[in-house]
Amino acid sequence: MYLFAGLLGLLNVNAFKHGLVENIGVAVMTLSVVFAVLFLTYTKRWKWLFSEWLTSLDHKKIGIMYIVVALLMLVKAGTDAAMMRIQQSISVGSNQGFLTASHYQQIFSAHGTTMIFFAAMGLMFGLINIGVPLLIGTRDVAFPLLNSISFWLFTAGMILLNTSLAIGDFSGAGWLAYPPLSELQFSPSVGVDYWIWSLQIAGVGSLLSGINFIVTIIKNRAQGMTLMKMPMFVWSAFGSMTLVIFAFPILTVTITLLYLDRFLGMHFFTGAGGGNPMMYVNLIWAWGHPEVYILILPAFGVFSEVVATFSRKRLFGYTSMVWAIWAIVLLSFTVWLHHFFTMGAGADVNGFFGIMTMIIAIPTGVKIFNWLFTMFRGRIKFATPMIYFMGFIFLFSIGGVAGVLMAVPPIDFQLNNSLFLVAHFHSMIVSGVLFGYFAGITYWFPKLFGFKLKDLIGRYAAYFWITGFVLAFVPLYILGFMGATRRMNHYATNLGFQPLFIVAAIGVGIIGLGLATQILTVLASIKERKQLKDTSGDPWDGRTLEWSIPSPAPEYNYAILPIVSKRDQFWEDKQKDSKPKRDKFKDFEVPKNSYIGLFIAFFAFSLGFAAVWHILWLFIFGLLGIILTIIIRSQSEDTNRLMTFDDLTTKDKLALKEQN
Amino acid sequence: MENENNLVVTAEKTKTYLGFWIYIMTDCVLFASLFAVYAVLHNNTNGGPSNSQLFSLPYALTETLILLTSSFTSGLSILAARNNHVKKVLLWMVVTFVLGISFLYLELHEFTNLVRSGNSWRESGFLSSYFTLVGTHGLHITVGLLWMAILGFIIITKGLTKKTVKGLTLLNIFWHFLDVIWIFIFSVVYLMGHVGL
Repeated sequence: MYLFAGLLGLLNVNAFKHGLVENIGVAVMTLSVVFAVLFLTYTKRWKWLFSEWLTSLDHKKIGIMYIVVALLMLVKAGTDAAMMRIQQSISVGSNQGFLTASHYQQIFSAHGTTMIFFAAMGLMFGLINIGVPLLIGTRDVAFPLLNSISFWLFTAGMILLNTSLAIGDFSGAGWLAYPPLSELQFSPSVGVDYWIWSLQIAGVGSLLSGINFIVTIIKNRAQGMTLMKMPMFVWSAFGSMTLVIFAFPILTVTITLLYLDRFLGMHFFTGAGGGNPMMYVNLIWAWGHPEVYILILPAFGVFSEVVATFSRKRLFGYTSMVWAIWAIVLLSFTVWLHHFFTMGAGADVNGFFGIMTMIIAIPTGVKIFNWLFTMFRGRIKFATPMIYFMGFIFLFSIGGVAGVLMAVPPIDFQLNNSLFLVAHFHSMIVSGVLFGYFAGITYWFPKLFGFKLKDLIGRYAAYFWITGFVLAFVPLYILGFMGATRRMNHYATNLGFQPLFIVAAIGVGIIGLGLATQILTVLASIKERKQLKDTSGDPWDGRTLEWSIPSPAPEYNYAILPIVSKRDQFWEDKQKDSKPKRDKFKDFEVPKNSYIGLFIAFFAFSLGFAAVWHILWLFIFGLLGIILTIIIRSQSEDTNRLMTFDDLTTKDKLALKEQN
Repeated sequence: MENENNLVVTAEKTKTYLGFWIYIMTDCVLFASLFAVYAVLHNNTNGGPSNSQLFSLPYALTETLILLTSSFTSGLSILAARNNHVKKVLLWMVVTFVLGISFLYLELHEFTNLVRSGNSWRESGFLSSYFTLVGTHGLHITVGLLWMAILGFIIITKGLTKKTVKGLTLLNIFWHFLDVIWIFIFSVVYLMGHVGL
């Protein structure tokens, strides 16, 4: 029977045979892992790694781990992008370039999948983990263990995705795997199954995170912080997580159905047998369009904090900002069809979704103007996060206007699947989402590590990113108008595409320089951490609660939980030079470290790998492992440890003594 | 009336309770997607028999009544927990479990019959969506039964504590939720199918 073929399922020696380019990739990946293992062994850091990081339930550490994984994936998928652009700038006329067509397909599929699910989502969950509990004045998220499980499921999905590089192949059906191409008939290898299961595992993690953060925001806010007194970043996280809980179940269902088609021979999306491929496209975008806003809303939130802080002014139009977020949340579920106007739903349906798409630009516009008015007559300090903001406001607006252009169905018929579209959504995701997260990382870095990132070199990195972005994507807008389609690995000389593709490749190179400069910034700052030390805990003259505690923030965040009566309470207190109102110190509990997340990730990976390769015993092993882990954990008592005055950091002890 | 000993009320005040409700909401979206898929595909019989030719309404009604009764008995177990009556809690849990198993048996029996008569999920888009929608509900029932068995065992060993009652409360939400979903399955799949909608 083909379902479960023997001890190793479909796995055989051919899965390890690859072409030269793939082999180089596998070698780089293997060497990195070997190097990391040797480094940890040589410096005797294994115990430290497990006890301080991997098993930690501290939301800040989990956030940092998310960001580290996400940045690794950014580099990996960025390499994919560079390979594509190099291929496109040389593969013209008789030259076939250095990538085979099937490998090229896998590369653009992996690029999109990795960037969205593991780079952008990872950065987003990282920042929300770091930001939300600190900004609402609490010690941790509502369910710290669940948070760790979410992170580890995300990492398990990431590892499964990257396993496809070494064992078997990856999907060549694009980042959303449209059927019928992604059906077994046309994609007979395990590539699409890798795509399905790495998303499935990471997606469950995202869903659990969504639940966790909504409960955190509803239940864990500081005393007196009513909803309309929450910092804007928290509002945006609230909106984004609300989208997560409504959108991710649709993804879970959609890719499960695709797997059932492939594995059990069902007929959901097949061309024959009464399936309907168009239903897949509808379902995947009913998740996919909200996903775009899931990514961008927290970036908007970061900019709201950054702009207010560095303009030294209250955020303009707080209430309108909140309503804009919820308008976007609602509207983002009413525009999905604009991704496939050409599929033929008819003029009326296309018209409706075109209009809804134009309407959703309005709340976004409200936000843009609010940020500009916040800056108006402020005393603006152009530190690195503000440079990213300036890049964002120009490039994002241009990209947004291009989006409204494509919302007109007749125009979309011309631009659908062209590089114009590719340029548009990269304007949203790179200059919107990524710049926002870079700004956020720079902004909260001192709170996490106790020293600032070097500003000058950080600004150079931002300039590289902005210049690189313009060079890499403006040519794509033009190429789109010239008729160049996306996912094209070869074209004729007389089309005249080559010069623009070369400019785009140079742009990617400059973005690479930006990435390298960012890494350099971190290294240089670590080297000069003494000079860059943040002694006050408030390096930017900030407005929100997290700047009221010492840097780096202690494990428990707040020795005494803050009490709030206004928006920007910390800033108001500073202006009046008044002491904040606080309770007396009381002992409290923090969660103990736990291996549960690691175990669940291990079993989830086994289950996913087994499902990809049809290995029955491994599938049962993974499933039973997860169930048993949950049962055992549900019976463990004593999961918290008590913190008394003696357990506080020296800084907090001093501050408390001074207060009494 | 504040009753400190009332474990059920305490359970309802925790964050877990809110978190679980939100989870139930996400599961609702999951089933909504499956219903949408069924709605799109239910006429795509690929030349095979249609809904009204395959299913018997009395059979589905029997399943429905069994599951509804199990929901009722499961509610009685919470009532017993409110009165701190361990033996009654366990009794109603056993009754609920037996009813749940019977429901699952009937469902699997129907599935087996369909496959044996050559109407498996491979035959058409309609059957694929039918098996997946009803099967997903069945899978949830299985998880619920497993949970019930383990929780029952823990209550036998540890009695009614804050933790076990919290578990029982959550299990009840889950069980009632599955009941609601089944009502929709009964209406959309069996009733509407019977009248040929």
